[in-house]
Amino acid sequence: MNHLTNFEVFLLLSVLKVAVVLVITLMGVAYTVLLERKVIGYMQNRWGPTRVGPFGLLQPLVDGAKLFLKEDLMPLAVERPLYILAPVIALGCALVSIGVVPFGAETHVSINGSPGVDLFEVANVNIGLLVILGITSIGVYGIALSGWSSNNKYSLLGSLRSTAQVVSYELALGLSLVGVVLRAQSLNLRKIVEVQSTHGLLSWNFFGGFQFVAFFIYLMAAYAETNRSPFDLPEAESELVAGYHTEYSSMKFAMFFMAEYGNMITVSCVATLLFFGGASSPFGHLIPAFGGAVVQAILSVFWFVVKVFGFLFLYIWVRSTLPRFRYDQLMSFGWKFLLPLAVANIIVSSLVLALRG
Amino acid sequence: MQLALFLIFGALAVAGALNLLFQRHPINSALSLVVVMMSLAVLYWSLGAEFLAAAQVIVYSGAIMVLFVFVIMLLNAGEEEHTNGSRAAYTVGMPGAAAIFCLLSFVFLSEGGALKTSNIGGDLGNGVDNIAAVSAMLFTKQLLPFEVTSILILVAILGAVVLARKEQ
Repeated sequence: MNHLTNFEVFLLLSVLKVAVVLVITLMGVAYTVLLERKVIGYMQNRWGPTRVGPFGLLQPLVDGAKLFLKEDLMPLAVERPLYILAPVIALGCALVSIGVVPFGAETHVSINGSPGVDLFEVANVNIGLLVILGITSIGVYGIALSGWSSNNKYSLLGSLRSTAQVVSYELALGLSLVGVVLRAQSLNLRKIVEVQSTHGLLSWNFFGGFQFVAFFIYLMAAYAETNRSPFDLPEAESELVAGYHTEYSSMKFAMFFMAEYGNMITVSCVATLLFFGGASSPFGHLIPAFGGAVVQAILSVFWFVVKVFGFLFLYIWVRSTLPRFRYDQLMSFGWKFLLPLAVANIIVSSLVLALRG
Repeated sequence: MQLALFLIFGALAVAGALNLLFQRHPINSALSLVVVMMSLAVLYWSLGAEFLAAAQVIVYSGAIMVLFVFVIMLLNAGEEEHTNGSRAAYTVGMPGAAAIFCLLSFVFLSEGGALKTSNIGGDLGNGVDNIAAVSAMLFTKQLLPFEVTSILILVAILGAVVLARKEQ
């Protein structure tokens, strides 16, 4: 590989990483859908999908094939370019933000003496956290435009609700993260994880950083941002048919569906990174490092996946437990409860950090 | 790399701005403005001002333009009527635009040397954490303008509340 320059090696490896991460994320999306159907099935005392493959494990593949083969209906009265663009924006934003998530311990692999590439993160960006917030805020356009361009009153109402909801809860979400950033003194996700990985469980932001208030604000705001129950007013099926994606069919609908689950995965990843120590082990140094570098690297990815899985399970649990908010309750909860609480959390956190020096 | 980014996204920004003017439907114009702002964010980032880029995306594209689109959707604004244009725009607009263009080119050409040497925010990807630098500047040297701006925004919020409140 001597005829390749450093930049070319970097480029090729980056493309490879992007491809691998994308495939894994899409598989994760497919199997999160299955997980949701199984878990909600068991919680409602039924089986969920069982017919295709053992335990219904091949169900996502069959579902994907079904959505591919369905007829792609294009209503006549739609605003055509925006109608097509909207699901692309939604899915694109859902998948891009996974690129700055470090899903394992920092592991550099050097090739022919050239500076190594980080194996477990696509791009280590200084402002990783802000990148995720920014991409999430762009994702609203997918929902807003889909409702408007469908030329359907249910879609429009759904997307209006969604836009208002996301804009309102974005503030509380952003403010809830300030305490974490203050503690890490950086917006780099690797550094935020590093601060939490010294004493295992005790140095996680949730426990040792005393950011549990921030965590609950984040969790509720993030559920609202991803339009998931109990904040799923934009697609409340009893009032709005299917909300913003009423007019969509076939793969365009599938793209919205995948975007929703992709956002769930991103939110779970961010919650893990910011409050639960990312890829660090909950036991810290209590268990000595065993098995060499490879085992340790795989172990860090294992911890990350376990935590993310926990959050995904929580999403599903909440969905099958809580009833939906009413619109005025949603607004007053966001503006009158979460936002002041987040501001109070910032004041207390910064005071404590300042007094401790 | 930087030059390529500048060419691509500079062209995209100009194209978006022109499209903003030529589109008849308000929602298309608003979306063109989003494109302009996103391209500007990329340009900021390629200059090393990563925090500015993120703020541009989060504040302008993510919040303000979403509200624009929201209001256009809420009012269900239709296509604009094509008018012949006001006389004031014809008489003042073109000379005004030309004057601003001349002024800006004069400033950039005369101060070009000074701009070249000043390091705006480090280079792309060299690991400089410029948020600390920005905030230190904001809370020491620029404290008065910063606070005055926040009071200005507070006044604007109060104005909005007064306007939106129903008469008793």
